[in-house]
Amino acid sequence: MARTLGGAVVALKKPRRSVLPWLSALGLATFLGAWIAASSGSHTNALILPSPLAVLETFARLTHEKFANYTLQEHLASSLLRFTLGFAAAATIGVPLGLAMGWYRYLDYIVSPLFEAVRFIAPIAWVPFAVLWFGTGIGGPILIIFAGAFPPCLINAYRGARHVDRKLIEAAQTLGANDRRIIFNVLLPASLPAIIAGLRIGAGLGWQSLIGAELIVVSAGVGYLMVQGESNLNTSIVMAGMIAIGLVGAAIDVTLRFIEQRISAHRGAA
Amino acid sequence: MSSIEFARVTRRFQTRNGEVTALEDVSLEVADKEFVAIVGPSGCGKTTLLRLAAGLEAPTAGSVQINGRTIREPGPDRAVVFQQFALFPWKTVRENIAFGLECIGRSRADCNRAITRYVELMGLEGREESYPHQLSGGMQQRVAIARSYALDPQVLLMDEPFGALDAQTRIVMQEELIRLARLNPRTVIFITHSVEEAVYLADRVAVMTGRPGCIREIVDIKAVRSGDGWDQYSVDEVMERMAFVRLRTQIWKLLRS
Repeated sequence: MARTLGGAVVALKKPRRSVLPWLSALGLATFLGAWIAASSGSHTNALILPSPLAVLETFARLTHEKFANYTLQEHLASSLLRFTLGFAAAATIGVPLGLAMGWYRYLDYIVSPLFEAVRFIAPIAWVPFAVLWFGTGIGGPILIIFAGAFPPCLINAYRGARHVDRKLIEAAQTLGANDRRIIFNVLLPASLPAIIAGLRIGAGLGWQSLIGAELIVVSAGVGYLMVQGESNLNTSIVMAGMIAIGLVGAAIDVTLRFIEQRISAHRGAA
Repeated sequence: MSSIEFARVTRRFQTRNGEVTALEDVSLEVADKEFVAIVGPSGCGKTTLLRLAAGLEAPTAGSVQINGRTIREPGPDRAVVFQQFALFPWKTVRENIAFGLECIGRSRADCNRAITRYVELMGLEGREESYPHQLSGGMQQRVAIARSYALDPQVLLMDEPFGALDAQTRIVMQEELIRLARLNPRTVIFITHSVEEAVYLADRVAVMTGRPGCIREIVDIKAVRSGDGWDQYSVDEVMERMAFVRLRTQIWKLLRS
């Protein structure tokens, strides 16, 4: 399959295969060209729009010079730690809860209305609440990442569980499986593709929510780095931070997509 | 000891177009270690009958009992072999067979012993680590049968287990089943729409008619089989015996009229 936006299959008129990578390159080149042209105009200065090269230089410099107390890697490490904790909490609660809601009708009825009401609160809207509860401790950002990652984890597990082939569940029941076994040994593996897709979406949303989370953190993190860059009127640092966020986000997605492919290859066409 | 009794069982379904009666006042007794085949046209309620015995559905009226106890839920004492195999696609052959054994809390050693035995019995040696999608339909059905047999259930409920197989594989599987039945007799309810298969395998054949589903007649095969000595012949030889042809024609007529 051709690489397309977010791994989605996009319907296109079919050009020749060999042309496709060049089109991607052309798109990137046009964007960079426009950026260079805009930043080198006589009316723009580095505060409004630094050149790509300047941003790249800043990016490289941040990796070995401390800014806002830490190097870029150290900021990234503390961001990733918060992300991992928040995302892990979302996955370990969201996936089993979603599966259980798919199995127990009463649980579905208890949780669904509450969940439907809460899930449309944007992760960023949890910031004031998180500050009130946790101040500047690590709990705040974790809560916000959790708010971003939890709904897709739960929804996909729930939908996956609801769509499991009835025959497999019945087979398990006639073989003597109890509820716990059906949830963890049938619903979970049978809906694994849907669950992984949910984890991917959840990871993406969680990572995106991170900056919101880090606006309230005072010590370290990529969001904090960018806020410090902004108050120093250093646009290059802000943009370097954005690039770092994009790269790490893509890396997280690629990792999960790799796991997804490994699982579907392992199972074959079934 | 395991007998199954359907006592005046009626089963209705609610559909968008109103109520459908799948079974109307059906009574049938399957004795311990008896092999009863059920034949009938599509939609005559054969599968519903089996699902009631499995505990996957409940009757609207009447009762379904095992050894005098009303069946309320599925359980490993009544193994089901489904037409579409229903193997777990993420599990290997070995893991599929182990599933039920683990559910009923067998020890690891017991599991392994049962797996080895049924892998051998069903001719699955060397495929233990394969996934279902890597196997042919016939192989998959062998795994499904091994998975059910491994639990050593008192009752086997088989819903057109060979329906999805090609003619050759089907014959092989029928002979396997006869062999297994001789080796270790169980109470079996076997659904099929093949009259030949029913006459070849069963002690008795229940002939059903549809809409609403009810049992038209029960034909005894066992006496003819032992009288005519079918056990010494292969499937195709049995199917040419006069006694076989006569029973087949009798059932065909029942189905047509």
